[in-house]
Amino acid sequence: MDRRTTIKWMLAAATSVSSLRGVALAKTVLASPSDLRASAAKGYGTDPNLLNSYKPGELWPLTFTAKQRRTATALSDLIIPADDTSPSASAVGVIDFLDEWISAPYEPNHKDRKVVLDGFRWIDRESAKRFSAPFAALEEARQKAICDDICYVPEAKPRFAKAAQFFARYRDLTAGGFYTTPQGRKDLQYVGNMPLERYDGPPIEALKKAGLA
Amino acid sequence: MPFITSATATKEAYDVIVVGSGAGGGQSAYTLTMDGARVLMLEAGRKYDPVSETPMFQTPDLAPLRGKGTSDKPFGFYDATIDGGWQVPGEPYTQSRTDDAGRFDWWRARMLGGRTNHWGRISLRNGPYDFKPYSRDGLGFDWPISYEDMAPYYDKVEMLVGVYGANNGLENTPDSPPGCLLPPPKPRVSDLLVEQRAGKLGIPVIPGHRAVLTQQLDWKTSPAKLHPGNETAQKIIADDMQRRAACFWATPCGRGCSIRANYQSTTVHLPPALATGKLDILTDAMVYEVTLGKDGRATGVGFVDKTTGKHQHVTARVVVLAASACETVRILLNSKSAQFPHGLANSSGKVGKYIMDTVGSSLDGQVPLLEDMPPHNEDAAGGLQMYVPWWLYQHAGELGFARGYHIEFGGGKSMPGLGTAEGLEWVTGGSYGKKFKQDARRYYGSFVGFDGRGEMIPNEHSYCEIDPKVKDKWGIPVLRFHWKWSDHETRQAAHMQKTFAGIIEAMGGRVNGKAETDGAKAIAPGGSIIHEVGGAMMGADPKKSVTDRWCQTWDVKNLFVTDGAPFASNADKNPTLTIMANAWRVADRILERMRQKEL
Repeated sequence: MDRRTTIKWMLAAATSVSSLRGVALAKTVLASPSDLRASAAKGYGTDPNLLNSYKPGELWPLTFTAKQRRTATALSDLIIPADDTSPSASAVGVIDFLDEWISAPYEPNHKDRKVVLDGFRWIDRESAKRFSAPFAALEEARQKAICDDICYVPEAKPRFAKAAQFFARYRDLTAGGFYTTPQGRKDLQYVGNMPLERYDGPPIEALKKAGLA
Repeated sequence: MPFITSATATKEAYDVIVVGSGAGGGQSAYTLTMDGARVLMLEAGRKYDPVSETPMFQTPDLAPLRGKGTSDKPFGFYDATIDGGWQVPGEPYTQSRTDDAGRFDWWRARMLGGRTNHWGRISLRNGPYDFKPYSRDGLGFDWPISYEDMAPYYDKVEMLVGVYGANNGLENTPDSPPGCLLPPPKPRVSDLLVEQRAGKLGIPVIPGHRAVLTQQLDWKTSPAKLHPGNETAQKIIADDMQRRAACFWATPCGRGCSIRANYQSTTVHLPPALATGKLDILTDAMVYEVTLGKDGRATGVGFVDKTTGKHQHVTARVVVLAASACETVRILLNSKSAQFPHGLANSSGKVGKYIMDTVGSSLDGQVPLLEDMPPHNEDAAGGLQMYVPWWLYQHAGELGFARGYHIEFGGGKSMPGLGTAEGLEWVTGGSYGKKFKQDARRYYGSFVGFDGRGEMIPNEHSYCEIDPKVKDKWGIPVLRFHWKWSDHETRQAAHMQKTFAGIIEAMGGRVNGKAETDGAKAIAPGGSIIHEVGGAMMGADPKKSVTDRWCQTWDVKNLFVTDGAPFASNADKNPTLTIMANAWRVADRILERMRQKEL
């Protein structure tokens, strides 16, 4: 098979992959429990179908209550707001991903579940203490006043140390959820995952920028 | 009927049984069947077809947890590994110690093609020194063969599987004859920057060697070199080479390759071997023993048919074990008889001894020169493009450790994953909001990671044996591992850290964290690099080794080992290419002996 034929064939395959988005699997969508117990559900096993597309809630029950969802949305959109280049985190499904993540039946996810849900409780208590309202109901300047105290672990005051660790993890998860979406990839100007007939290496402008040409 | 059931396998007459379907088993079956031998291959995992099963263009947002690795899929959701990892459900192993300094973690992949489906495809030849390490520094063991014995088989394997690379004429870093290597891909910006800056430190940076087709194989010329005088074989492989497409510069190789542009046993060895009509493959067959006849020869193997749970037995004139180094050891040690109460082919007591992994240590840095690059496609060949071969052979006595390492490195804008914007605090100072988005754009693609891969010297404290109590879900006794690094390895790991930091700084970059000066902390735990070899070492002395130079066990004349188990040393060069070259060499010997009716 020549390269041109291969590419044509694979481009067709790539299109059919993206058309799988949104197609639900035959599996039952499980109900969302509202309690904080770690899920006893099983993982996807050691031989999952890699060609299906999966949606949060499909493989194990989700966790977020309406209140937690509001907190998550406020916090994720404070970390990744809409700007001229791309939408906000919540606009591209990051909250659903975060819920999927903390609900997953794997050890690292169990740890993050505690960090995130404890963090939500902390941030609402802190909001109530400072501004007499839950975090999600605060105006942005007040939300930032709290986040400025916890956004950088090395400089957080001792009483904010644990909250700062929560914020660091939550920012990582939000950013990971965001930059793995099509909008996130576009924001970073990732231009790969595309079959090419030839690979010519970096353009001259890139080499110049690094002092190599 | 190439894929058969155990009911059929138990009735057939075979020349050779090959246990395992990875690099060693795949190459053994290929060479044997292409020359007309009738082969039964047994694989413990399920049938796997990379053409129909590989998730080529799937993006992380289509996967659970954005594709991040879990205990079910340790290298990520889309990694090719099926039913594998450092733990396999129902198939435990035990460790004499579980701390990082004394543990050995054992990776397995229960699937057709084994670990070749997901491996890094880095294909480096051992050099002349690597076969005679004891003669050079008095440590470890010499191989009973030399580079010259292996070289013709390296040539053949490179021509068959397709390996890109270049000849650079460096010490103990062999060149390949014309017609063996494919052209290397064009370097990325980060590759060239490492080359320029490491070069100023006297550290050579050259094209890597990887089993990826940067162009179609030479199906007109190579077949006659691979199978001289065998027109049937030449035609089969010429046809198959034309069915493999060249790389289209997209999708990570670790997922496998549906266009067969990279080496997996399932993309390269098994299709032509099946086309001969001489190969039967039985999957879900968990081999646990080699059976012995009254004449002291192997009669066949016993296995559990995982689809029924029944114990079965198949027979052949010759048995080849290629189950992966430690699984081969396990089969031998579990094959007990009156003649071999301590395990088959173990009159030397050396089965299971001298397990080696690769010394691994990593460090990454952020390089301002790579920030805000004009967007361009850097997927390239889907993995390592350039590397640093060991460059200090002339200074071995001055370093505090005896053997060398090579450096694998990578940078650039790969497909954003869950970790792409993770842990940026150390460069952003904790930004969030619009500033964080600007920072993510600025720093994406500006990190370069370095991984050292070094030689471990075999020692008496790194070995495996049968655990006296624990059995797996099939009732088969499991392995217990013992592990210890020597100062040669830990000092080497500390040297890696210092070197990486030096290169990062020479690039004008900042080290993420700090270079670890304590080698015991810098070294990755045993088994984590997944390069374990040894355990049925080849040698010149039957009292000190398990097999002879032909990987024929000293004790049982029709029993051969063609995975990593016979390795007498574990050079810094990744073992897969050498496993394949050696398996071809051994298969040629088996064919010759069968023709002479000695087997």
